[in-house]
Amino acid sequence: MHLPDGFLDGKTALLTSAASLAGVGMAVHRLKKTLPPRQTPMLGLSAAFIFAAQMVNFPVVAGTSGHLVGGVLAAVLLGPAAAVVVLACVLVVQCLMFNDGGLLALGANVFNMALVNGAAGYLLFMVLRRLVPLRGDRAVVFAAVMAAWAGTVAAAFACGVEMACSGTVAWGVAIPAMVNIHLLIGIGEGALTGLVVAAVLRSRRELVAAVRGGGEGQRRGLVRAGLPMAFGLALFGAPFACPWPDGLEAVARRLGFEHRALLPSFPSPLADYHLPWIGSVGLATATAGAVGTLTAFLGAWWLAARLVPPTAAGKDDAPAAP
Amino acid sequence: MLPPRHETAGGPARAFPSPGIKLAAVLVLVGFTALLPRQVNWCYLVPASLVLGAALWSRPSLRHLVGRLLAAEFFILGTGLLALFSPASRPLFLAVFLKSNLCAAAMALLTWTTPFHELLGVLRRLRLPGVMLSTLALMIRYLPLLAGEAHRMQRARASRTFRPRRRIVWASLAEIIGRLFLRSANRAERIYLAMCARGWR
Repeated sequence: MHLPDGFLDGKTALLTSAASLAGVGMAVHRLKKTLPPRQTPMLGLSAAFIFAAQMVNFPVVAGTSGHLVGGVLAAVLLGPAAAVVVLACVLVVQCLMFNDGGLLALGANVFNMALVNGAAGYLLFMVLRRLVPLRGDRAVVFAAVMAAWAGTVAAAFACGVEMACSGTVAWGVAIPAMVNIHLLIGIGEGALTGLVVAAVLRSRRELVAAVRGGGEGQRRGLVRAGLPMAFGLALFGAPFACPWPDGLEAVARRLGFEHRALLPSFPSPLADYHLPWIGSVGLATATAGAVGTLTAFLGAWWLAARLVPPTAAGKDDAPAAP
Repeated sequence: MLPPRHETAGGPARAFPSPGIKLAAVLVLVGFTALLPRQVNWCYLVPASLVLGAALWSRPSLRHLVGRLLAAEFFILGTGLLALFSPASRPLFLAVFLKSNLCAAAMALLTWTTPFHELLGVLRRLRLPGVMLSTLALMIRYLPLLAGEAHRMQRARASRTFRPRRRIVWASLAEIIGRLFLRSANRAERIYLAMCARGWR
């Protein structure tokens, strides 16, 4: 999902860079106030950990493999502000040391993977954790799986929007292709995130920021995390301002309202994931999304019930160990 | 994929003193290339000749250059596959293909001639916040270590599971990543004590 240079035009690169600067700046500002000195080396080690975890491949389907993005994993383990800083550092090193992702596209990559995947994914995690009728650690694992899955899809969606907004790939191609592939890869991301969170909860519970944090800090964090979400919404609205194609048409196409006639004989690039009897690509993407959501939901529930023993499930966020 | 060993890497360009100027030059070059019109024309010769000149000057190992370009090619060609479905976008894709390869080559030359700690110095002079600087510095210090540990754990897993079934693959992958996190947390605690012992803060 690392965008190389050359795929984005000036305005998209500038817009995403500004959003990333604002988001990372906010996270740094928050960390300056809340990070205990004891945790300083933990950030560096976590960045190295996320980088190393991204190098572990998991099998997806038919011999292909994916790897973690790790945004939600980092946010659940470290808290949202630390996760944004850690993920931004990972992306800087990947760009300036390993040439993974472009220099001008760094802002867009930070936006997609640190802000959309990490911060917005964490917001979803918090909401789901409150809403789901599971208790204690089961709710944590369930919400982590779902948020990791949705965060991956959202990051891929943002990536597609950026490419389409730059005029590199047509709207009707970029978004279905990116989203459909990541509906599948996201299941791997979700499963692995859930398994890792459950494993850490079992052995070193006090290391998981999501169950350690006091109530006061979390509530404020939720408000702060709302801003990256607003950026995400701005991105969603960007096609309205985007000259290519007509904004409303783009939204209509994305939401699947557009009639097939407007996309003359468009061959589906990913026939496997499209249901053949549904004509419009947009509608097929929406259907695939709905099926994916249902699959992720059931899978998350199953994993949560299976990974967390019943004794730990009843444990509601106990005060942190002294 | 490890970074080049900089005792030997870099060629004559390694002697060029200022990493800041190199970074700025690459940024200008990448920006210029990325903003070129999306029709292949003579303008593309400018960044191409600059990249070629820089390559001749810094003499990268073929392995480094080709490896980095191939790594970028996955995304570029994957997206190019999509362009094949709409004939109108084929010339556009050719332009994007050239652009991203030129930029990737420029970046590969930058990493060949400039070790990351020098770029970190540039970022420090640019007043990057302290928490990011320390995170970056600790990260590149401990990255080879953790990557090595992840690799060793994967190899140990591969030599122990005779025929990996899908469920076991997932469980052991998660076990490896979880264990890696615990190890990095333990190490962070020890580093903190070591930092305090040396009078940090």
